[in-house]
Amino acid sequence: MLSAILGIFVWSLLAPIVARRLPRIAGWVLAVVPAAATVWFVGFVPEIAAGGTVREVVAWIPGLGVNLSFYLDGLSLTFALLICGIGTLIVVYCGGYLHGDPMLPRFFLFILAFMASMLGVVLADNIVSLIVFWELTSVTSFLLIGYLHDSPQSRRSALQALLVTSMGGLVMMAGLILLGLTGGSFELTELVGQGDMLREHPYYLAILILILAGTFTKSAQFPFHFWLPNAMDAPTPVSAYLHSATMVKAGVYLMARLAPTLGGTEVWTVTLVSFGAVTALLGAILAVRQTDLKRILAYTTITALGQLTMLIGIGNTYAVETFTVYLLAHACYKGALFMGVGAVDHEAGTREVTQLGGLLALMPVTAAAIGLAALSNAGLPPFLGFIGKEFMYSSTVGLGEGEMALLGWLATAAMVASNALMIVTAGLVFVKPFLGRRTEAAGHAHEAPVSLWLGPVVLAGIGLGLGVFNGALERWFVAPVAASLTGAPMDVHVYLWGGFTMPLALSAVTVALGAAMYLGWPRVKAALDGIASALGYDSDRGWDRILKGLVRVALLQTRVIQSGYLRHYIMFTIGFTTLAVGGTMVVKGALVAPSLTAAAGAPYSAWALSLIVLASTVAAVMAESRLVAILSLGVVGVVIALIFLLYGAPDVAITQFMVETLVVIIVALVLARLPRLTAFARPDRRSAVRDGVIAVAFGAVVTAVMLAVIDLPIPLDLSEYFAERSYTEGFGRNVVNVILVDFRAMDTLGEILVVATAGLGAFALLKARPRREPPVGDTKTVGDSKPETGDRS
Amino acid sequence: METLVAFTVGVMAAGSVYLLLSHNLVRVLFGLILLSNAANFVIFAAGGMTEGLPPLIGLGEKALTGVYSNPLPQALILTAIVISFGLLAFALVLVYRGYQELGTVDSDRMRLAEPPHPDQDIPEPEEPGRLHVRDASRRVENLGSPQS
Repeated sequence: MLSAILGIFVWSLLAPIVARRLPRIAGWVLAVVPAAATVWFVGFVPEIAAGGTVREVVAWIPGLGVNLSFYLDGLSLTFALLICGIGTLIVVYCGGYLHGDPMLPRFFLFILAFMASMLGVVLADNIVSLIVFWELTSVTSFLLIGYLHDSPQSRRSALQALLVTSMGGLVMMAGLILLGLTGGSFELTELVGQGDMLREHPYYLAILILILAGTFTKSAQFPFHFWLPNAMDAPTPVSAYLHSATMVKAGVYLMARLAPTLGGTEVWTVTLVSFGAVTALLGAILAVRQTDLKRILAYTTITALGQLTMLIGIGNTYAVETFTVYLLAHACYKGALFMGVGAVDHEAGTREVTQLGGLLALMPVTAAAIGLAALSNAGLPPFLGFIGKEFMYSSTVGLGEGEMALLGWLATAAMVASNALMIVTAGLVFVKPFLGRRTEAAGHAHEAPVSLWLGPVVLAGIGLGLGVFNGALERWFVAPVAASLTGAPMDVHVYLWGGFTMPLALSAVTVALGAAMYLGWPRVKAALDGIASALGYDSDRGWDRILKGLVRVALLQTRVIQSGYLRHYIMFTIGFTTLAVGGTMVVKGALVAPSLTAAAGAPYSAWALSLIVLASTVAAVMAESRLVAILSLGVVGVVIALIFLLYGAPDVAITQFMVETLVVIIVALVLARLPRLTAFARPDRRSAVRDGVIAVAFGAVVTAVMLAVIDLPIPLDLSEYFAERSYTEGFGRNVVNVILVDFRAMDTLGEILVVATAGLGAFALLKARPRREPPVGDTKTVGDSKPETGDRS
Repeated sequence: METLVAFTVGVMAAGSVYLLLSHNLVRVLFGLILLSNAANFVIFAAGGMTEGLPPLIGLGEKALTGVYSNPLPQALILTAIVISFGLLAFALVLVYRGYQELGTVDSDRMRLAEPPHPDQDIPEPEEPGRLHVRDASRRVENLGSPQS
């Protein structure tokens, strides 16, 4: 499986070269590898249908539980087939649709890379590799949506999709890691066994919410649904592939994958069913308000995603069966519709439903494909979509008892309404453009080339075929996916005719309602538009407001924290350190009372030296003369050197004496060329007090840390190690020396490099004298400052 | 002894932070010098202080025996001293060159890289380079012209 993913990744890198060499047949040539992958995955179908699973592990960072492990069962195989199969058709379609586009080579790179990432998402068994592939799909889809990068609209949509899905992805990452840590494994297959423990765990709710944030954003669930229609700014093949068949289903996939691990609880069912049903209904309502064929399809995709989410939430036998049926049905008809609509757009030059009509005679093949797909979309027999609809009603009606039954009835009502609206959209997509009176825009259209109608025809045909031959569907797909969803093999039955039952009655209602609304479409649309403008809410504009707010907060924060004043930076750094360290010590109870007897028992010499240090420090701080200040600092340094000498550190003392002497001399020399301290105004009272408080607080924290440290026994094992081996292994009697040049020689090398770099930097600064255009004396070069007099006095 | 040091370094750290918070870069340099001395002192004291007895292996012996001062912090401090000297040298040259180029050592007025935002709410400090009143009489004394 890793080889399939890597193969497509490598192929994606080669794609630009192929596309440039063979511009006419690039689509057909590049489809070879996805087609081969499809065939390869088809080969697994019998094995998986027989109840088998395949697992493949490549160690990546085994120490951290991170592996490139892949898992093939009913669920992942179905998704893999959709990704590779539809992907193959899409690549062929791209070759025709974007023929002659100068950026086509790049496009192939993106779409194949996306395919490989998506394949990784559905096959990954390890949580970390899942996250990696998940983010890769976000990035590649950003590139695909923003393909028409000279259009601002397109760029905005790409950024919006990226921000929404990757923010969700980050939240989900937290949830998945929490899941892995709580469940004790980062392999999804191993977590299934921990299901009972996880559902009882106090972290369950947190895990669930965090993960659902990721899946809901990716699968465009309410209230994150707004990015999906905007993503339709991408070229049609992208919409057909990412936003119908694959990427938006990644969220659905993950929820299905985790259903046996996290599902089955009340909160799971209620959340998924209610969000799914609301999303489905909202998508359907918004869909019939559109007149752009692609936008209609985009909103019906939201409906389908909502329905799939709801089905996962319900989780009973019917729901599990419907999930597979509906997943396949939707992928087939939506892929076909998108590609067909793209062909119409390509040939007729418009996607406006109001401008199209009478295309049947002009584009018979495309018409046939769209017609078949639309019938499946409308949920009419004997298409796959019909089975999906029937079973969906069975599942919602049988949701449960008591409050759950109420939820079930609400969901049923929402489904009847949204399915009826789906019939309207099917009518809008097929009946109007193809059967209606021929319009002006349609006048010069003609049949699309084979690359453009192949995909729609194949997918629509599959939708019909699987509906009729539903025995194969049951055995090859429904049963294995049901086993993955519930965690155990189960008895499933898929059929077209279930007798005169409640679902059939609901179906009849749906069709009647849908037909009526289609006939009165202009009035329905006007009414819905009226309601929408009365509500005055628009998620898309809400998003803009959120983004603007975010930018404003960032600006404000930058202005406060990064004010451009050096002392503010220092203040924030020191202040934060003080609070973080001091706060932690207080919270953790790490404060240690000083032992006054120990302090009093220190030798007189130590007291005397300490007092000199204290006095010199105060003098250095208070000094108004540069000379006094630097001499006081020199005294501090020399006294500390004396302490080093007294306490057994002659090497350090000698170095300290030398460096301190150098510092005093050099600084004094330079200071003579700098302004006097008194050239500055004394800080005003307020800032003096503020600085003083920060300084004292920091000093107090240093003392507190120091007291806590000396209260602990000193770990001497390293020192003893050096003491024992200095002579025997380093051949030196001065242990400090041997540590520096032998045991820690690399540190010393680093230190030499640092000093050398500082020296070079200082040298360069002194030597570099850029020629400046305005004369040096021109104070305007100082930016905004006023002419100076004070500093130079 | 270490308890005494704890308080001493606390005062040194407080003093150095007070100096670092000044908008006079010369005082910031002083703060830097004081802070590195305080840091070295902290490392030394944290490793335990033993009077006399440097960690030297006597002639004829193969390892340190008996009471000796902890060699590890000493090695660390030796590195730290040299590095902080390098840092100080660089900072010193930076301030000096800054003064030559910009004509000021007031960090508040060095805004070439980060010019103030037009509607920055933080008020510009009042004439930060202003002469202190007491010093007005001494302004004739010009130390090092910035363009020399």
